This record gives sequence, C-alpha cells and structure tokens, in this order.
Amino acid sequence: MTQKSKLRSSFADAVADIADGSTIGFGGFAMPGTPFNLIQALKEQGAKRLTLVANTTGGAQQPRMPDIGMLVENGQVAKVICAFTAATRPTDVLPFTKYYESGEVDAELVPQGTLAERLRAAGAGIPAFYTPTAVGTELAEGRETRIIDGREYLLEYALKLDYAFIRARTADAVGNLRFHRSQRNFGPVMATAARITIAEIDDPVVPAGTIDPDDVHTPGIYVHRLVQVPPEPEGLWPTKRQERRK
Amino acid sequence: MSGSKGLNRQQMADRVAREFQDGWIVNLGVGIPTLCSNTDIGGRDITYHSENGVIGYGGVAAEGQEDLNLVNAGGQNVVLNPGAAVVHHADSFGVIRGGHIDATVMGAYQVSMTGDFANWKLKGQKGGGIGGAMDLAACAKRVFIILEHVTRDGSPRLVTACDLPVTARGVVTLVATNYGLFQPSGDGFRLLEIAPGLTVDDIRAATGGTLTVADTLRKIAPG
Repeated sequence: MTQKSKLRSSFADAVADIADGSTIGFGGFAMPGTPFNLIQALKEQGAKRLTLVANTTGGAQQPRMPDIGMLVENGQVAKVICAFTAATRPTDVLPFTKYYESGEVDAELVPQGTLAERLRAAGAGIPAFYTPTAVGTELAEGRETRIIDGREYLLEYALKLDYAFIRARTADAVGNLRFHRSQRNFGPVMATAARITIAEIDDPVVPAGTIDPDDVHTPGIYVHRLVQVPPEPEGLWPTKRQERRK
Repeated sequence: MSGSKGLNRQQMADRVAREFQDGWIVNLGVGIPTLCSNTDIGGRDITYHSENGVIGYGGVAAEGQEDLNLVNAGGQNVVLNPGAAVVHHADSFGVIRGGHIDATVMGAYQVSMTGDFANWKLKGQKGGGIGGAMDLAACAKRVFIILEHVTRDGSPRLVTACDLPVTARGVVTLVATNYGLFQPSGDGFRLLEIAPGLTVDDIRAATGGTLTVADTLRKIAPG
C-alpha cells in the first residue's frame, strides 16, 4: 500500500484554508521548535479573530524572529493562551504586553505545565484533570478544587486546537516526525491536540519507511501537512541570540 | 545591585549549590539560580533538568560550538552531559509534578515566614510571567529561593506575609540572600548563616517578621 505524500509546495499553500476565528497552537520554547515560516505565512494569509496558544508571545530576545506577537501587532488576534503575558524580568518588555494592558487583545495566563497537560489531555481524550499547580494562588480563585489523599488539587480542562504549527528536524512522506534536541518541547502534544497539524521540516522529507518505526517521536497519524524549510535567506532558521544586557 | 552589601550573585548561588546532594535532580530558574551550575561541589553527581524537556544539560556552549536547537530554561545555548535525555513538554512537567525533582532554585520578589513566595506578578500589573514556576513550586521536593535581601528602596523582601500575588504557599525550604541563609519557620525566619560584613542587628533591621538566630549560627564562607 502506498500513501499519499503530505508534503506541500509552500507555506502559503499549507495555511491557505485557515478561517477567521480559528484556534491555533504554536510549538516552540525560545527559538528551538518555533515555526517561524508558518507564522510568517499566517501573517501574510491574514486570518483574523484568532485564538493563539503558545508558551509565550515572544519578542523579548534579539534578534526578533517571527513570533505570535507579530500576529497581534498585525490585528489578527482576539485572544492568547500562554504562560507569559509579560517577560520574566520586569525590565524586559514583550511587544504583546501593551495590547493586553490596553484591552485590545484578551489573554488567559496558564502555568506552563498545566498548558502542556491541557494539550496532552485534549489529544488523549481526557476532558479535564486535577493538578496541584496554582492551588492557593489568584489563578485558583473561584474555581473548582478537590482534596484527594489529603492534598488540594485544581480542576483544569483539556484544550483542543483547530490547527497546530510545529517545527521538526526530520519527516517522512506520511508525516512521521523526529525532533532535534530541545526543538521537541510542545510539538508532540500540540500535534495530538489539533484537528490539523502543519509541520515545517529542517531536512529534506524522506520516503515512507526511511525512519525506523522505533525512532519516530510523533507518528504521522497526527501530522497532516508538511512543508520543507528552504535554505536561508528564503527560509527562516534559528539564529544565535544577542547577549542580553546584564 | 548597586550598593548591595554582603554576598554577590555568584556567592549566593554558590551557597545554595552547596546544598545539592549526590544523585539529585535539580531544576534551576533563570537569572541568579542559573549560576548554581558554575559552583564546584566536588564529585557530587547532579542531573540538571530544564523545563523544556532537557534532562542532563551541562554548561553554556563555547562560542562557535552552539547547537541553536538546544537551550536551557533561560534560552541559553547549552551542551549536554553524557547520559542526557530529551522529552517533550508534557513529559517534562510530568517529571516535575511527579515529584522527581529533588530541588528547584528560583528567584523571587518576596518570601514569607510561612514559606509562601511571590515571583510572577508585580503589584498592580495585569497578567504576568508564570512560566514553569507554579508547577515547580508546588511539586519539587525542595524549593530554594535566592533573592536580594531588600528592594532598591530598602524595603524587606523577607516579609511576614506576601503582599504580591503568590506563586505557591508554604513550600519554601531555604532562602539565600546577600545577607545570609534563612529558613522560613512559620512564625519567623531562622537565620542559619550570616554573610561576612553583616551583623545580626543589621539583618534584623532589614527583615520583615520575626528573626530568630540558630544556636549554630555560622559565617558563610564565600566562594
């Protein structure tokens, strides 16, 4: 049996059908795993009233690469679900923060592990779960908690995505993926949580059967579209960040 | 940092790192806690876990040797130690929530005498930066905090109760400041070790809540 290749000819083609109002998750932790090229393509595609899910909105580090803060600046975003609406260091300023503070864009601030688990739960058919994280904080105010074996836990709900944008090192034609080092981060859980996963790939896409089944990180059943990242300057690749000020 | 007394940033990190025991799995937060990995603690075997799923990373990569797809929690390009492993984000926080982290070291704005601490949101701020701090705080076996003893305007950061939104309650096991090493004891802070150049009275004057002094009070040996 042969399966049809999931490889698309361009980033524009891969994101062409994304409708206004979609919920989109983005892999990436700092530069590794961030789908720069798909973010750029979505900015050009122009879908609006989007809900975006990511670890951070980006823009605290230099040089600035495409980040979801740019989609906010482009007027495409209604809401962001993330672990940072402001930078870790009060002296760093995220471009997103002013849109949030002025009320132009809504945000839901979620602890990072809870964010990852809400995505994992969505992909694994678990509608909600209890976690010890954020108990006793203002994030838990007015929300359902439960004592289990003497400890208090907070109820959190699964987070489903319409689309996931991720980046991996290697893919075969049917979408089996391998990640390189910390490129993996949110990629695998975003892929399982999404109706349609689009992956940008560093290395040339190989024929099905080339990756040993035991070595697959994300099975192709979770991956629907692949786009090969062209060499620079046409394609966008992680860069060395500039040393931050002390 | 200007005008601060006592220990410098690396010396605070060194003092905390000397608590790490052989075989521990340790998570270091961004900023001063990162410096704990510079400390020479002899032959003790420590596995550093980073929230983005890197288990067993080493130092910052040498100039020109960086793998741009390998970073620690602070976004620095690091190297891997022999025996390292990489997992995805949900598994990485499974390591944390599952109680597999022996110690986490974080910065903070405030620590209370009941072991609450605040490090994600400033007063009056809308939103904030939580990252992995709430997961680590709630679930690591030990929570070590490093912070300057007083704010820029001289207010105590060790306080009776946090007036900033807390990250977790009752979890802090040890606090290192530029003035000394402290344990939140519920009804106060217990001074375990004192930095060179400071007196107990200096510290009492700069600390919110009750300060008690350990019978075994020692001077911190910097470096």
